[in-house]
Amino acid sequence: MTDIWQGIQAAFWLIATLDPDLVEITLRSLQVSLSALLIASLIALPLGTWLAIRRFRFRRTAIAVLNAFMGLPPVVVGLIVYLLLSRSGPFGVFGLLFTPTAMIIAQVIIITPLIASITHQAMRELWAEYHDLLISMNVPPHKRIGTLIMDGRRALLTAALAGFGRAIGEVGAIMIVGGNIDHATRVLTTAIALETGKGDFALALGLGFVLIGLAVSVSLIIHALSGTERGSRW
Amino acid sequence: MVNSLFPMIARGVMVRRRGKRLLGPVDMTLHATGITVVLGPNGAGKTTLLKALHGLERLNAGQVNWSIPDTDARARQAYVFQTPIILQRTVRQNLAYPLNLISISKDAVALAVAAWAERIGLADALDRPATRLSGGEKQKLALARALIGEPELLFLDEPCTNLDGRSTREIEGLLRAARENGTRIIMATHDLGQARRMASDILFLVDGTIHESGPSASCFSAPKTNALRAFLNGDIVE
Repeated sequence: MTDIWQGIQAAFWLIATLDPDLVEITLRSLQVSLSALLIASLIALPLGTWLAIRRFRFRRTAIAVLNAFMGLPPVVVGLIVYLLLSRSGPFGVFGLLFTPTAMIIAQVIIITPLIASITHQAMRELWAEYHDLLISMNVPPHKRIGTLIMDGRRALLTAALAGFGRAIGEVGAIMIVGGNIDHATRVLTTAIALETGKGDFALALGLGFVLIGLAVSVSLIIHALSGTERGSRW
Repeated sequence: MVNSLFPMIARGVMVRRRGKRLLGPVDMTLHATGITVVLGPNGAGKTTLLKALHGLERLNAGQVNWSIPDTDARARQAYVFQTPIILQRTVRQNLAYPLNLISISKDAVALAVAAWAERIGLADALDRPATRLSGGEKQKLALARALIGEPELLFLDEPCTNLDGRSTREIEGLLRAARENGTRIIMATHDLGQARRMASDILFLVDGTIHESGPSASCFSAPKTNALRAFLNGDIVE
């Protein structure tokens, strides 16, 4: 209990004094996770919607694989990305290992199936509702996807926020591909792991509270900007 | 409006689902003018017939031929469903949706949307979420969205089910105006009063096949079959 209280005090103190290290790793956490979210959303939203409206051979298998990939072990993803980006790997020439870019790549791989799968579930229901109308209107396939994404945007926001939650809280993969290098690839989660390893539970907890506050704040900001649960319900 | 779709000739049209025959074989010809009303008891295949002609239902046999290629023909048709399908957008965006699918200027879209909103009494609700409208307003919106692109053929599936007299009158007014404008209409209905008011000719379906067809005046005054006579008398037809 003492540790938790000290953690709250540490969190308050870090924020109140705008601790430079805290600001730096918080901004890096945001940069990495929001970049991963943006890239993953650009891939996953159309993919999930396409899977909802398109009939093809092995579609059910593809959906089952996608759902299974929601539970990809981050450590394994990190290991594979590490091998791909290491000097002896196929993408070693780009020199991306132990950079924020490598961390973004790992997070994109982890959260894309999650966002695509939630998108698919939401779009499947909307497609069942819209199917006859859009077919009747002769809407071309790419515009069908656009219509569903536009009209299902609130469900897609939930999918994106789930992806952001997974990305911002992820530690295994980014620890491997980022290396937790001070002033280079250290983010909130890897800093927490480091402080815990050093036995500084108060600071680790403090960083943990900042992380939770950050995740909640981003969610609230996105909800506020998109007008969810305000006035007109669809 | 010059109507280039017709005549539409359907030959041997048959629809099955899970081995059960829902429709057919149906042979019919549709000419360029008038309002055809499809009558029949529940499960007779009225909706399936409309969807089969429009191309929403996969045919197990037969074919529907228009006087122009199928893809062009579909683009000149519109369909209003029994339960209106409303896009989760504003009234304005719903009305503009079909026009935004074709090359038309934003000003022309805005003008058409404003004119149609006025006609259906939703001019003050243009920026309201369309899903919040009443049942009658949704049906009028669905009809206006179907008519805004000036289709040559309009399919209507029980357009006034569960609507009160006022909404029914307004919808029938819109349909008459569309007919005057050259839109061919084919509609399914249970409402015999509406059929008498609107129909220029009748298709009477029983068990997926056309039991009787012809001009509405003769069908109503001197039905040729016992089934249609019984249906018009309000008897149970199976």
